[in-house]
Order: sequence, then structure tokens, then C-alpha cells
Amino acid sequence: MELKDKIKAIIPQAVFSETGELVVTLLPDDFRRVAETLRHDKEEPMDYLRDIVGMDWGDALGALYYLESTVTYRRITLKTSTADREQPFLPSVCDLWKTAEIKEREVYDFFGIRFLNNPDMRRIYLREDWKGYPLRKDYDMDSNPLDLDNEVNSDTTEEYYLNSDGTIKGHENTVFDRDAFVVNIGPQHPSTHGVLRMRVSLQGETICKVDPILGYIHRGIEKLNEGLTYPQTLAFTDRLDYLSAHQNRHALCMCIEKAAGIEISERAQYIRTIMDELQRIDSHLLFYSCLVMDMGGLTPFFYGFREREMILDIFEGTTGGRLIQNYNMIGGVQADLHPDFQKKVKAFIKHLRSVIKDYHDIFTGNVIATTRLKGVGVLSREDVISLGATGGTGRASGWANDVRKHHPYALYDKVDFREITYTEGDSFARYMVRMDEIMESCKIIEQLIDNIPEGEYRVKTKAIIKLPEGVFSSSVETSRGEFCVVLESHGDKYPYRLHYRSTGLPLVHAMDTACRGTKIADLIAIGGTLDFVIPDIDR
Amino acid sequence: MEERSVGMEIKKQTAIRSMKYEEFKNNDYLEEMVRELNRNGAGVIVGAVDDLLNWGRSNSIWSLTFGTSCCAIEFMALGAARYDMARFGFEVTRNSPRQADMIMVLGTITYRMAPVLKRLYDQMAEPKYVIAVGGCTISGGPFLKSYHVVNGVDKIIPVDVYIPGCPPRPEAFYYGMMQLQRKMKVEKYLGGVNRKEKEPEEEK
Amino acid sequence: MTLDYYNLEPLLMYIHTSLCGVMPEWLALTLEGVVVGVIILLLYVILAIVMIYMERKVCAAFQCRIGPNRVGGKGGLLQVPADVLKMLTKEIIKLKNADNFLYNLAPFLVILASVLTFSCLPWNKGGEILHMNIGIFFILAVSSIGILGILLAGWSSNSKYSLIGAMRSGAMIISYELSIGICVLTMVVMSGTMDIQMIVSNQANGWNIFKGHIPAIAAFIIYLIAGNAEANRGPFDLAEAEQELTAGYHTEYSGLHFGFFYLAEYLNLFITAGIATTLFLGGWMPLHIAGLEGFNAVMDYIPGVVWFLGKTFFIVFLLMWIRWTFPRLRIDQVLTLEWKYLMPTSLVVLLLMTVCKIYGLTF
Repeated sequence: MELKDKIKAIIPQAVFSETGELVVTLLPDDFRRVAETLRHDKEEPMDYLRDIVGMDWGDALGALYYLESTVTYRRITLKTSTADREQPFLPSVCDLWKTAEIKEREVYDFFGIRFLNNPDMRRIYLREDWKGYPLRKDYDMDSNPLDLDNEVNSDTTEEYYLNSDGTIKGHENTVFDRDAFVVNIGPQHPSTHGVLRMRVSLQGETICKVDPILGYIHRGIEKLNEGLTYPQTLAFTDRLDYLSAHQNRHALCMCIEKAAGIEISERAQYIRTIMDELQRIDSHLLFYSCLVMDMGGLTPFFYGFREREMILDIFEGTTGGRLIQNYNMIGGVQADLHPDFQKKVKAFIKHLRSVIKDYHDIFTGNVIATTRLKGVGVLSREDVISLGATGGTGRASGWANDVRKHHPYALYDKVDFREITYTEGDSFARYMVRMDEIMESCKIIEQLIDNIPEGEYRVKTKAIIKLPEGVFSSSVETSRGEFCVVLESHGDKYPYRLHYRSTGLPLVHAMDTACRGTKIADLIAIGGTLDFVIPDIDR
Repeated sequence: MEERSVGMEIKKQTAIRSMKYEEFKNNDYLEEMVRELNRNGAGVIVGAVDDLLNWGRSNSIWSLTFGTSCCAIEFMALGAARYDMARFGFEVTRNSPRQADMIMVLGTITYRMAPVLKRLYDQMAEPKYVIAVGGCTISGGPFLKSYHVVNGVDKIIPVDVYIPGCPPRPEAFYYGMMQLQRKMKVEKYLGGVNRKEKEPEEEK
Repeated sequence: MTLDYYNLEPLLMYIHTSLCGVMPEWLALTLEGVVVGVIILLLYVILAIVMIYMERKVCAAFQCRIGPNRVGGKGGLLQVPADVLKMLTKEIIKLKNADNFLYNLAPFLVILASVLTFSCLPWNKGGEILHMNIGIFFILAVSSIGILGILLAGWSSNSKYSLIGAMRSGAMIISYELSIGICVLTMVVMSGTMDIQMIVSNQANGWNIFKGHIPAIAAFIIYLIAGNAEANRGPFDLAEAEQELTAGYHTEYSGLHFGFFYLAEYLNLFITAGIATTLFLGGWMPLHIAGLEGFNAVMDYIPGVVWFLGKTFFIVFLLMWIRWTFPRLRIDQVLTLEWKYLMPTSLVVLLLMTVCKIYGLTF
């Protein structure tokens, strides 16, 4: 049955968008009913909440809900809103999808929409004493000057619920008890992979609870985007998840090209796909290095970096950049391939295949490594789907979620590769997924590298790009999960709202589930295997 | 036609493609200045001890691992085998600010991070130095207009060396670190200043 | 005996008697004590510098790097002295909410334990400083003072990282001391004496590790593992565990105080290796192979101190190799390893050694 008809059967007055992509507009109460029905559908449960995108339409505040079924991989977008700007309330869906717990906090932080029945309504990215909600259109940019006082974190949080008489009540929830032994890890900490901060309550060395505190690298990219033209917005994508720079930018370029109706050349598709896969190898090598270093083995760190430098050389030859390449453009790529590109890539893959054995010898088979990784930080399949933990983390728990396979883009439907899945869901499976994916990426590149067709590397686009009205989205598989771009255009040369699905946010959210009952040392190892990049979470 | 060609010529001149070697100004004016000031003599014992201490300090700069975003990955590359900063005496990176000599601010500093950075700086033991790495730390970089980004880390803590780039290449890191060494070498650790002695009367 | 070429005892006795000739004996003893003390401290610092340099070069070699090579000539030989100078000039931070007396005492306790143990090492024939018949017992006793310093450091810093690091270290070192004690006991059973010089001279006709064959080799391996843990070195460096606890028990220490911890860490490694050399590898005894008289004679010409340092640095290299290869263990694994595997094994080894000794199965 068509999803459209299904929703019509539940709520006949649902509104379907006419421009852009299909968006189903619902009233808040209807929305909750549709969400429940879709979630609990027998044949096709919409059990994966990809993202919640807060929106300010001026006259109303609301959110877009991106849903996907893990059975049929069909997608649907729901939209709901409230007209009350002073005290906006929406029903929470965190009982249906666990990932909503943290995503609703994000929407609250940016738009001030409170979610009924969400147990944790603290600010997430901004200081607790922050005034106003920055992504609202009427936000005064100068209302929060730099404050150098140390921030105080409260140990309680508010929850709102609807009374039977229709009034809204709030009560306090406790995050940490007064007598809990809370250790603060981060934001300046060697192995939180950036400026993640976690408050961890301990019982001896055993972890009772993990409370991630984000926002130490929240740069306000989504707000900045609203004042930039489409080509200008591209620059920020590289700086989100700098280890997936190509793939992030690929997603945004794809989204804009789709909305503007630009067909890119075959050659550009080849280049993009190869670059994406090189980037994935680069990121996974860094993953290996950092994981091993987090676990206290310093030498393999240098092995990973040795091979990574070779990829950076290849990048540098063609794009001019090492870490951040700024290579994808609307309509293609920035520059043509370096004449040596193919030769170097082939040499690199040959070399990588020969050294990957060393990697496994020094770490994978090591008795200390295996005992520290196996059976630790287990996430079940239900957990990862409910938490929306995509990428290697999800695949390690048996959830086949590779966007390249299930919603192919670029040339991924033309190449032959295996989607790596494990069923254990522990740290070791997460590690092995990445190591195996390196080999799969090599395979993809080998299939493409000799067949790059001649032609334009970039099609000519208009100097000023204007997109038609509507909501557009595109998603790619980055090195650490599904990265999704949501773009609302009102027909200008600037986006009305440009949102990025953070790949890392659900992973950080999963920390609490994965870490409870393990030791401090495991916290670091689990964090390493979940493989998040903080600037991508904070945006 | 005439005007256009002139315009084009100007454009050609201003376009920065690469720098000629002779145009590159190394910061060796620092040493020259000190040499000039000390030309008519400096303290023999104190000066020698100072030189020795400065040699030691400048060759053993342990940095605090403080990476907030992209530049931190390049810093890791700097420590890895290809660039190997251990060669120059930057071997050790300490995770505790108490034991670090230098804080290398790698990546954007946001409003939420700013008090933390300031606290880390306060926690470090004297003598301490700051290197601001990358566009974001120097001025806010591409995030200049954001509501949550500090426009230049020098608004919070004093900066000794700036390394521009987004992110800078490891070679640029090296150059910046060497400038810091240079700066340390002309300091007077035991107090006093580099000053020009009065020139003898008969020379005038 | 051929080895007497290098016996230091006649020389030292000569110095002593000539000193006694010009001054009362108590003064001579005091003077000698001061000189020996200064020599020990100097040696301690020099060895620490050598060890740190060695560690950097060894780890660089394992990591496909070059390591220090710019400071002070080609090989970066002056890198560590530069670090020392830097460390000396760093500010020592006074904490506001710490127990200041204990906070300042802790690094000295750590370094004291290390120096005391260090001074017991037999460098050469007649080169020991304190000659007592329970030497090895004394070593075990004084080396345990170090853990007190670590615990105090963690407690007095008033920092949670330090506290966790110190508690880990306490749990670990106290556990592993059992294995070390039992391994040492095994060798005491074999040598029949606790006197360090006697243990070494008993090995004149063959090193203990050869004489004691199976139990001795087992004890040697257990000793190396436990000794690695005693020295707080990877994969047992949980007390510092940079990736988890930033810097563990010395998180809050700066300048020279941190320098003491740093120094003690490396010297403890040396001491661990030195004791292993003494107990298992014949101390300053040269390598003799039965039947090869010419070879043995040549070996005898190498001074004992060279033998001792050579063997010790070989073991240090082994331990470094281990450190730079393995990832770190977790606290429960560390304790499981000790209580469930190492300690029972070492008890069995002790039993085996006793049986061997009784039935004369040792060579």
C-alpha cells in the first residue's frame, strides 16, 4: 500500500505538499496518532527515526520528522507545528523512538519548542543560562555576549506533561543524585575525540550513568547557512565531520543539484564516488589509529597514520587540500583529476592490501585487545534502530542500514560490494565492521578506477542559483553513518533553512546504553569504537 | 582597451600565487635586535645561565593536547611518523595542563568552550605559551558571524604565535613552533631586560 | 680466581684505611657516606637521562619514526638534558584545596623508595653499598614505600582523576608484590641465601636461569610480568592511563615534583631489570659456557659493571618492547591476571623449585 494512502486512511484531513518532496502536514494531536500507527505497523514498521528537524516558519514553530522502515526501506516525512510562539508545546515521540530523546532536546535548544513527556528538557548545545533560541528567525544575534564565568551544570531537569484537565504541568527529574560519585570527562580530554564532555557517575570503577554534555564546538553552522548563497554554504560541510569531508559535501551538492534539476556528468559521478571511498578508507584508518591509542597501544597509531598520509597525498595532488579538500561543487567537482591520480590510487590499494595484515597481527589477534573488546558495550539490534545509530555501529548489531545499498546514489548501484554486517553488537564487531569496510572500499575503487569516462568534470551552472520552493533532502553514507541534508527553500538564492543530520549525535546518545555496567577503561574503548566526530555533532 | 589592460596588470600583481624566496621575511629580526642591544656587553654569568636555560626551555616544549576540531587531526599527523615532531623536542604531549609548557589552540573556540580554555590556561604552570592555530582561533575564520564563536582566541588568553590556515599544513605548524622557540630564546628568564649599554664617550 | 682483576673491594679498603690514617674512623665513615650518597644520586640522574633517551629512541624505532635528532648534535643526545633544564625552571603549583603537606611529601617518598632500592643493586664485585645478609629482603621492603607516595599523591591532590589513578595503582602494586615476592623467594630457595653478593657469586659456575632450568625460567617470566606492573609501565600503566585519567595520580603535579615522578618511573624500570639481572642472569658475572675455556677467559676480561649494565639494559629493552606493543589492560583484567593466574603459578613454581633443590635436580 502506498504510504500516502495509509496516512489518508488514518487522518483524512492530512495535507500533502505539492512542491519539493513529499511532506505530510498534520496537527500535533493527529501527528501523534499517525506516528504511533506507523511505528507499530505490522508489515512495515517505520521504526527508524532518521531525524527531527526543527523549523521556524514565522507564523508557526514546528518540526519535520523523517521516518524510514528498516524492513522495506521506504521513507516518509511528517510535519507538525504549533502557532504559539511564547509557550510552544509539541507531543514527544521519545517513547516510540529513543533517539527522539536527544533530538527533541536539540529542537528545544534551537527553537524553544518544549516536548510533552520528554523526561529531559535541558539545553543541549548552549549554556544553561543562554537567553533566547538562536535558530528562530527573530533571534537577536547580540543578545548573548561572551561570558567567561565558569558554567554551572544543574543536576536536575524538567519534564512537562499534559494534565487531564488540559493544562500543562512540569516536574523535576534528577540526572545525578547528590551522593553519586560523578567524574567529569572532557571537554579537554585526550580520548573523547574532540571536545565531548561526559559526566559519568561511578560505583568504584563501574559506570552507573553517562550524561553527555555537548556544544563545546557548536559553531552555529545552520544559522550561518541562512545568510549564505547556495555555493557559499558548501564550505561548511567539510568542516562538520572533517573525516567525511567529501561525503558531506557530496550530500549537499546532491541535494542542491536535485532541487535545481542539474544533471552532472558521468565523469563527475565517477570522481565523486572514488573520492568518497578514499575518504572512507582515510577515516577508517584514523579510526583504527585512534581506537588503538585510546586503548593504550601507541605503536599501531603510527601504522594507521603512515598509510593515511598516502591517501592525503593523493587528495592533495588533485584537490590541493590535505584534510579539508573543498572539492565537490554544485554541478560536479572543482578541478579535474591529477594525471597521476589513477596510478597512485592503484599503487596505494596494492600497498594497503599488503599491510592490512600487519594491522590485524599487531592488534586484532592480540589477547588483550580481544578481551577488552569482545562482549563489551553490547548494543542490540533493537537498541541501534531505536537510537538511530547508523553506520558501522548499526551494522555491527545486525542492522543493514547502508545508504549506498538501500538508497543508492552516485554510482553505488553499478558497483559490486558487500554490505558488512555483524550480529554481536559489541565493540569488537564495531571494530571489525570498519576493518572489513576498508577492504570493500578498495574493491569499489578498483572497479571504478580504470573506467573513468572522458568528459566534463563539471557542468556549467548559473552564477546565482535559485531553488524552487519546497523541502528537499538527500542522504549519503559517510564514514560513520547516514548523513542527511534537509533544505527548505522559499525560492531565494539563500536557503530558508539548511539542516544537517548529525551522524554522531545518536552515537553519543548510545553511550549511556552501551556503557552502563562497564568500567571506565571500557568507556574509552566503546567511545573509540562508536567512532564519533564532535564538530559533526555540535554543528 | 587601454584601461582594461592596466586593470588586468594590477590584478596580476596583486594576485598571490606563491611567494618569491627573497621576499620571504623570516622573523630573525628578533635575534638581530637582541644582538644589537647586547653589542656593548651583557652580563657574563647571568647571560650565560640565561642562554643555557633558554636553550633548554626552547628545546623541550611539551604541548597540552587541546584539539577542538579539524586542526587537531593535522596536529596528530604532525606527531605521526611522517612529520615526527619528536625530532625537535616537542616529543611529549601532556594531557594535564599542569605539566604542559604550551597550549596549542587547535580549532574553533565557542562561547561554551571559552571559560574552559581560560581555566586550562590558568591551570598551567609558568612559563607558559600559547599558539593559535587555524583561522577559527585567530579571528573566528569562516564562523566569524556566528552567535556562538569567539572571534579570536586572543580575546581570552594572550597568544604568542599565530599559525594561519584552514587547517594549516604540518609544515606551517613547524614554522610556527620554531617561531615560538625563537621567541623563547630571546627572553630573559632570570629577569632584567636586553638593553643597549651606553656607548663609550670616545667613540662619539 | 680470575675475576679478581676487577674486584673493587681491595681498592675501597685501601681508601678506607688511608683515610683512617689521617682522621678518626667516624669522620672517615661520614666522609665516605657523603661521597657515596652523592655518587648514587648522580648515577641515578644520569641513568634516568640515559633511560629516557633510550625509551624515546626505542619507541621511535618501533613506530617507524626517527625520534629526537635535532637537539644537541646528530642523534638528539642533548634532548633529555634540555627537558631536565626545562623541568627545573617550571613553576611548582600550589593547590588551594589540597592537603599541602602530604601533597609535597608524596613525590619525595616515591623518589626516596626508588633511590633506596637503587642503592642496593650490586654493580660489581665488591661494588655494593650496603652489605647485609638479608639484602634481597631489604630491597623488597623499601621498594614498597613507593606505593605509599603514589597513594598520598592521589589522595592529597583532591582530584578525582588522581584518586582513581592512585587507587588503581594501590590495588595493582600490592597484588603484584605477591608474585614478585614469591619469585624472589624461588630464587632464594635456589641460592640458599638472601645476601645479594652471595646470590651473585653463587652464579659463578652458571647463571641461575640455566642452573634452575624450568622453575627458574618460569619464575623469570612471572617476575618480568609482575615487575613491569610494579614499575607502572604499559600494558600495566593504569595508574597513569593517559587516555582515561589524563595523567593519573600525578595529574595535579607540575615542575620538579612531576619530574620526580617521571624520573622514578624510569628508574623503577631500571631497578626491576637490575634485580632480574641479579637474581636470574648472574648479576655482574660474565657468561661462561662449560668446555669453552678460551671463550670463558675472554669473557672474564670484560669488567663486571659492563656485564651488569649490559644485561640490565637488555631486560629494559625487552620491557620497552612489551610496552610499545600491547594495549593497556583493564583494572579487573589486571587483578584477574594476578590473583587467578600469576600467583597460583608462582606458588607452583616455588614448590617445584623446592622439590628440585631437595632432590638436587638443579645444576
